[in-house]
Amino acid sequence: MLDKALTGSKKYWTLVFVLLSLIGVGTLAYLYQFKNGLGVTGMSRDVSWGFYISQFTFLVGVAASAVMLVIPYYLHDYKKFGKIVILGEFLAVGAVTMCLLFIFVDMGQPMRMLNVILHPTPNSILFWDATVLNGYLFLNIVIGWTTLHAEKKGLPPAGWVKPLIYLSIPWAVSIHTVTAFLYAGLPGRHFWLTAIMAARFLASAFAGGPALLIILAMIVRKHTKFDPGKEAIQSIGKIVAYAMTANVFFIILELFTAFYSKIPGHMHAFQYLFVGLEGHSKLVPLMWASVVLAVVSLIMLIPPSIRNKESNLVKACVAVFISLWIDKGFGLVIGGFVPNPFDGVTEYWPTLPETLITLGVWATGFLVLTILYKVAISVREELGTAGGEK
Amino acid sequence: MSIDRRKFLKLAGLAGVGLGISTPDLLFKGSAAASSGHSKAMAKERLALVIDIRKFKTEEDYKRVIDACHSIHNVPTLIAEKNDPKNEVKWIWKDSYEHTFPDQQDEFHPEAIKEKGFLLLCNHCDNPPCVRVCPTKATFKREDGIVMQDPHRCIGCRFCMAGCPYGSRSFNYVDPKDYIEKTDPAYPRRTMGVVEKCTLCVERLAKGLGPACAEVSNGGIVFGNLSDPNSEVRKLLASNYAIRRKPSLGTLPSVFYIMGGEENAG
Repeated sequence: MLDKALTGSKKYWTLVFVLLSLIGVGTLAYLYQFKNGLGVTGMSRDVSWGFYISQFTFLVGVAASAVMLVIPYYLHDYKKFGKIVILGEFLAVGAVTMCLLFIFVDMGQPMRMLNVILHPTPNSILFWDATVLNGYLFLNIVIGWTTLHAEKKGLPPAGWVKPLIYLSIPWAVSIHTVTAFLYAGLPGRHFWLTAIMAARFLASAFAGGPALLIILAMIVRKHTKFDPGKEAIQSIGKIVAYAMTANVFFIILELFTAFYSKIPGHMHAFQYLFVGLEGHSKLVPLMWASVVLAVVSLIMLIPPSIRNKESNLVKACVAVFISLWIDKGFGLVIGGFVPNPFDGVTEYWPTLPETLITLGVWATGFLVLTILYKVAISVREELGTAGGEK
Repeated sequence: MSIDRRKFLKLAGLAGVGLGISTPDLLFKGSAAASSGHSKAMAKERLALVIDIRKFKTEEDYKRVIDACHSIHNVPTLIAEKNDPKNEVKWIWKDSYEHTFPDQQDEFHPEAIKEKGFLLLCNHCDNPPCVRVCPTKATFKREDGIVMQDPHRCIGCRFCMAGCPYGSRSFNYVDPKDYIEKTDPAYPRRTMGVVEKCTLCVERLAKGLGPACAEVSNGGIVFGNLSDPNSEVRKLLASNYAIRRKPSLGTLPSVFYIMGGEENAG
């Protein structure tokens, strides 16, 4: 089936070429970092994780969100998701690819990466994270590929895939729970040391991932014959609405605990992020942008009369995605390092090489996604099943 | 083959010796931990430092200690001298009262203590979060309580830096070899991309010496075994009011600070 990715329209090849160029630039930037060390990034002794790890965290959520399509389709036999579920599974593949690459570019000694397997350490959450992420990547490649292949042949998927599909459901929850545990079990990092972290991660994931999927589905529909169906998009829109509401609710719970208890350590990170601390306020405009976008998105998502109009839904999804990207792909990780263990403030901002490497990793993920989507759509175009119900 | 009781006990004893364990430790470790709050209360050795801040009076008192450590361990101190705190590497350093005890400081404490400088270093916690989070066992805890790291196994993920609540760990963001004032051939240099910190001078302990900081501190830093009730550190702790950093986190640091009152803090 992969041969389908080798033939395509001019638009397809332009996209592939643009992504490849970004990957090339990112690779050059990475070689520069590899030679000169992580000192070329904005990370420091105090803020020892930056853009890479926060992108990783955000994208684990995007990957996990495939489960929001898998559950209705496979557990509740919700047929309307029949066409789009493959887009969700392949989005997970692209997202996990990015996650693993972000971990890789963040390593000080990437050549020793296999030490995680050679010296397995079950008490380290990072060991489990590597394990569940690789497992999830494997599950989604196998499930997506075999179901598509069966569809191409006009057959039902092989019987052995079903148990893997069921396994992928708790597995999706596990990848984001374990990622939350990376943070939620560290003494002395008050911003992260919260029992609701994993729940918050899952809520934001189930909002951000499906929001991205709606945007992608709209792009795909515009440029190909593929149509996931209006009703499927509306159903995913409902999922985004509920999950985003839960996510905002969880953040309000955090704010209550911090500011009603008035325990300084619990308030500091929030103060740094939203009003600035000790005169340091680099992230304040970004965080407020996230808040405004979150509010706007909820206003557009909750009333069905607004959400039902597809153009509104797409706008709301863009707002959700950007809002969550700022909140989780930036603020959450950086905020956890402020104040530092000495109650001082060291600020962080990504450097140019760091930004180019980040772009390169995103481009790699989107190249994987483009190729997989191309295959899926070409198969359906050939079968004549790409169009939506009219 | 029959075996009498005497023979059996002999064999059991030998087996115990062979395994390098003593039976009471094995049987009662859990209960001892529960009663004392220490995870390894029965450990024969738990190496510790007691820092008597009354003995640090001049800038020179701090500098002597810091230089002794950094020079023999090839710490790339020139990064700090270049005024580049982002990439700084340090094993032991001086900081203010507020920064050392952010949760324990009080505006009404004696001025003499508030103005004092404190030496900060790895706490060699009895319950170290850095060891717990390391995905490769590059950071580990020795039988004697020293928290060590293997710079050849470290993958540079910096999870330990996020895990350490004391900011004791430094990462080699740049190649350290360009920033070492004078390389000491007796001690290995680290490579770029790994984490490092105080090792309580394991290389000196192996030769029967004490940590370098304690040696040059003129009694300001006392090194000893916390598990031995007759050790100097235990005697100091029994007769002076000493505190540890961030006790509420349950990490059980092995570095203590004797605070002293106004009369002897200056």
